[in-house]
Amino acid sequence: MELKYSKEFVTNVYKTLLTIRVFETECIKLYRQGFIRGYFHPYLGEEAIAVGVCAALTDKDYITSTHRGHGHCIANGANLDKMIAELLGKKDGYCKGLGGSMHIADTTKGNLGANGIVGAGIPIGIGAALATKIRKDDAVAVTFSSDGAANNGVFSEGLNLAAAWDLPFIMVLENNQYAVSTPIKESTREVELVKRGESLGVKSFRIDGNNVFEVYETTKEAIRICKEEKGPVLIEAITFRHGGHHVNDPGLYLPKEELDYYMSKDPVKFARKYLIDDLGLNESEVEEIDSGVNKQIEDSIEFAKENGEMSSQEFLKFIENY
Amino acid sequence: MKEMKELMYREALNHALLEEMRSDDTVFIMGEGIAERGGSFKVTVDLLNEFGAERVIDTPISEASFTGAGVGAAIAGMKPVVEILFSDFTMLIMDQLVNQAAKFNFMTGGAGNVPMVLRTQGGVGNGLAAQHSQSLEAIFYHIPGLKLVMPSTPKDAKGLLKAAIRDKHPVIFLEHKLLYMNKGLVPDGDYTIELGKADVKKEGSDVTIIAWSNMVPRSLAAAEKLEKEGISVEVVDPRTLVPLDKETILESVRKTEHVIIVQEAIRRGGIGSDIASIIQEEVFDYLNAPIKIVAGLNTPVPFNLNLEKIVVPQEEDIISAVQDLVGVYQE
Ligand SMILES: Cc1ncc(C[n+]2csc(CCOP(=O)(O)OP(=O)(O)O)c2C)c(N)n1
Ligand SMILES: [Mg+2]
Repeated sequence: MELKYSKEFVTNVYKTLLTIRVFETECIKLYRQGFIRGYFHPYLGEEAIAVGVCAALTDKDYITSTHRGHGHCIANGANLDKMIAELLGKKDGYCKGLGGSMHIADTTKGNLGANGIVGAGIPIGIGAALATKIRKDDAVAVTFSSDGAANNGVFSEGLNLAAAWDLPFIMVLENNQYAVSTPIKESTREVELVKRGESLGVKSFRIDGNNVFEVYETTKEAIRICKEEKGPVLIEAITFRHGGHHVNDPGLYLPKEELDYYMSKDPVKFARKYLIDDLGLNESEVEEIDSGVNKQIEDSIEFAKENGEMSSQEFLKFIENY
Repeated sequence: MKEMKELMYREALNHALLEEMRSDDTVFIMGEGIAERGGSFKVTVDLLNEFGAERVIDTPISEASFTGAGVGAAIAGMKPVVEILFSDFTMLIMDQLVNQAAKFNFMTGGAGNVPMVLRTQGGVGNGLAAQHSQSLEAIFYHIPGLKLVMPSTPKDAKGLLKAAIRDKHPVIFLEHKLLYMNKGLVPDGDYTIELGKADVKKEGSDVTIIAWSNMVPRSLAAAEKLEKEGISVEVVDPRTLVPLDKETILESVRKTEHVIIVQEAIRRGGIGSDIASIIQEEVFDYLNAPIKIVAGLNTPVPFNLNLEKIVVPQEEDIISAVQDLVGVYQE
């Protein structure tokens, strides 16, 4: 059998998937222990989307993220020390402790930010695409968005705008089939959101969001379309949360059969199995990767706990001109 | 006298909705996750069971459109109560509020009405950060045609919400996320509190504190401590900022001759500044000292909890403002 992906590539993909998994799991513990406050929307179960998309991007490309943004940041190469420090409100966090979970951005890496306002990342992503087009950057902008956001005006307005202007813009719609506790069929008649893209003349794909390779391949194709034909492109990636909407939501409304089904399609296990079954790594080699990831998160938690907070004097100085 | 019952603020709001929906078939509610889930702050629990999905409507995340649908339904003879989860998200519905709801009665020469209530909640609360913590009342205050209600107690919440629903004009009903679990005595059954009537939450003779929403309990706590130092504080809660009960405010100022306005919202362009200007214009001669405004700093709200504390007035800030004012200017 001919293997499509190198060991190195798949190992990196697996490592990133697992990093998000462990990051979320450990940070939820920190939340329960009172180290993290405010809103925290875990990306558990949806890791393959961020990882598959970002694996196809370069440093020149842009992303915008959502309220469920930790996975996007990590897949885009964020520094874990700075991420966890931010979740703890510490001074060496990405936003110096001023932003928190929903506002992590890293403009040096083209990450234009998570967002507390559902849908707000869409026009911002389109703006980044517009900037790359004006500058002839040979880059694309990707907006991670969600099924709930698709019902907000910015979605239709934005996608139409991107199409009217032929922008190198890729809308990655993470369709986890719920907006908080509202199932998608209660908030829209046509649940195949891919059709909205088609109705606007936008090349649109509906894919398995739990299959990291399918996400990766589709993103590469979307980038090709943006560069060789014309953008935008819509990718509707079907997925499911592993739990509630945020850490304080037990998610009891998620139907058990569906949850079980998606648990059985766990993106992290899927990639792990690929490493072993298709690439021939043995269990202990994979365990080595696992312990490396665990150690890295442990170290970052340690760093964040030790890190200080911005003082009120520094803060007052910072806001002087507001 | 009505029986009194101890209720949480959120329960009092729930009772107001329940009673108004029972007595008036044209009242209906809509918002995100308000039906089955009963709302993020549990204000609308159980309403779905009694009134069904036609009058307790879960909406998609389409704020501009479902608010606009509320405006349209109101013009067409219904009394919608529209919920926006966080006042921060009202920035998405401003056209429907400002250009449509607020102006329809005026533009039609009084022929048309928009009897809609827009319920939402604001204020800081435990690290929700810059896009979920704002106090945006000044934005609504600035728009002629919108009434603005900000209750501080369960009793006021219920009576004012019932009055707001019965009002024929659009009302912004701005709750506070830290008040939902606060308890207080609430009269059983039907009663309303007229929009435009302030309430003296505590009588006193040395200083008047004017405060609304979550700054009321905070000011009352400060007043209690100051009382022990021999400073007698009167706390006036306007309850509705539009219409504003100037007379109750001015009467208190004439009595105490010292005024502190406490507002959680940022200082610049705030309602406190407007109230201060009304006071100095109308009763300047009574003032024994400059009016002091204790307000939020001119900044977005930081995520870090210690910094969050310094950007909005705390009990200590109110106490020291009163001490300064009375200490410096009282012979
Ligand atoms: C404009 C706006 N409306 C409502 C909310 C509150 N809210 C936060 S997340 C969310 C559900 C989002 O569902 P979806 O878009 O499907 O994303 P998911 O949480 O499933 O990833 C809601 C209603 C918000 N943050 N912004
Ligand atoms: Mg969703």
